[in-house]
Amino acid sequence: MIYLPCGLLFLVGLSGILLKRNLIKIVISLTIIEYSLFMFLALVGYKQNALPPIVKSVTEEANYVDPLPQALVLTAIVIGLATTALLVALAVRIYEKYGTFDIREIRRLKG
Amino acid sequence: MKGMTEIVKTVSKLLAGLIFFYGIYIVLFGHLTPGGGFAGGVIISGAFILLIVANGIDEEKLRGEKEKAVSLASLGIFLFWIISIIGLCMGTFFFLNFLGKGRPLNIFSGGTIPLCNIAIGIEVSAALCSIVIAFILVKKGDKK
Amino acid sequence: MFVILVLLMILMIAGAVVAIQSKDLLSAVISMGIVGFGLTLVFLVLQAPDLAIVQIVVETLTLIILIAAILKTTMKESKAEKSAVVIYSAAATVILLIILLSVFGNTFKDLPDWGCENLRMSKYYIEQGLEKTGAENLVDAVILDFRAYDTLGEATVLFTAVMGILAVLRSKGRKK
Repeated sequence: MIYLPCGLLFLVGLSGILLKRNLIKIVISLTIIEYSLFMFLALVGYKQNALPPIVKSVTEEANYVDPLPQALVLTAIVIGLATTALLVALAVRIYEKYGTFDIREIRRLKG
Repeated sequence: MKGMTEIVKTVSKLLAGLIFFYGIYIVLFGHLTPGGGFAGGVIISGAFILLIVANGIDEEKLRGEKEKAVSLASLGIFLFWIISIIGLCMGTFFFLNFLGKGRPLNIFSGGTIPLCNIAIGIEVSAALCSIVIAFILVKKGDKK
Repeated sequence: MFVILVLLMILMIAGAVVAIQSKDLLSAVISMGIVGFGLTLVFLVLQAPDLAIVQIVVETLTLIILIAAILKTTMKESKAEKSAVVIYSAAATVILLIILLSVFGNTFKDLPDWGCENLRMSKYYIEQGLEKTGAENLVDAVILDFRAYDTLGEATVLFTAVMGILAVLRSKGRKK
């Protein structure tokens, strides 16, 4: 049951997306959901009493942690940064046009 | 916008040089120690952002720098695609590891992996610099 | 090991709850920094130094971008109004979260034991990685040789996102 705090962090982020009205709070909640997924993937690939996945010497056999989930998380971290930056740029433009970050006001004003 | 005081400007010049070389070290030795293209690229862009924040904002000069950063990012991604297509042109599959493998624990080992690391390092550092410059140059109360 | 992990995860959950509850946007962003740097410590405990390096620098850049956006616009959140719609949506969200929590509990019981070897392909990567690629950092060998398509797609996605940001944030141009 070590995976349960990952699920709790995911639910905290999900409640932030559903209940909050400010655009920056929604972006922050989305980032928190992504962090919970990175933690879950890194936990899947762990082995007890193992070394980091850098090969020390060619001859002896040693116990290394899985390199495959770490490769997936590395890709996902960089893509998460790109997504967050694009969302924040759109939020800045919305603020300049409507004057507020509140999503209910943005729906009501026109043009 | 004005920059910071003289002490901060002098110290940031020294520190930016050290951070730049640390980033290049992490990119080049990516196949021997933890690191690689992405981590090194972000560290190199951190050196440039430190210089921008410490020395104040000069609008015309920053616009020129943004153009240069975009061209460097395009160059980096173009190099990466060229390295991947060479395998296709040589008659076999995509991403053929066409250089020799060398001795282990040497910097000239690993086939195409150091070249790919350098291309990714150039691309990521230039892309992140241009994003931060674009955010700094947004004017308050621009369009209404 | 287990105790340190659980303590770090509790710290991250507390930081996340503070981040979405606070009324001032600057405090919310700094609390999100706590979650990110706690994740770096979790990666170090789980023997993944490559991920820790990337996460610490990417977290710093995310904080810089968010604070730059907040300083250009506003720093306060508007007050919530009490109406029937708000109470109804809060109740529906709580019911959904309880259902999802029970689903998670049932699913996590079926996963294999933590700490044993879980994935099938990793045996091949660990044993043959140094021979077939010549690189010693096994994570880099997996990213740039065994799974190079994913890295190609990721670099292209980053470049496309940068082009999108530059197109959105362009200033008004020359006035004629």
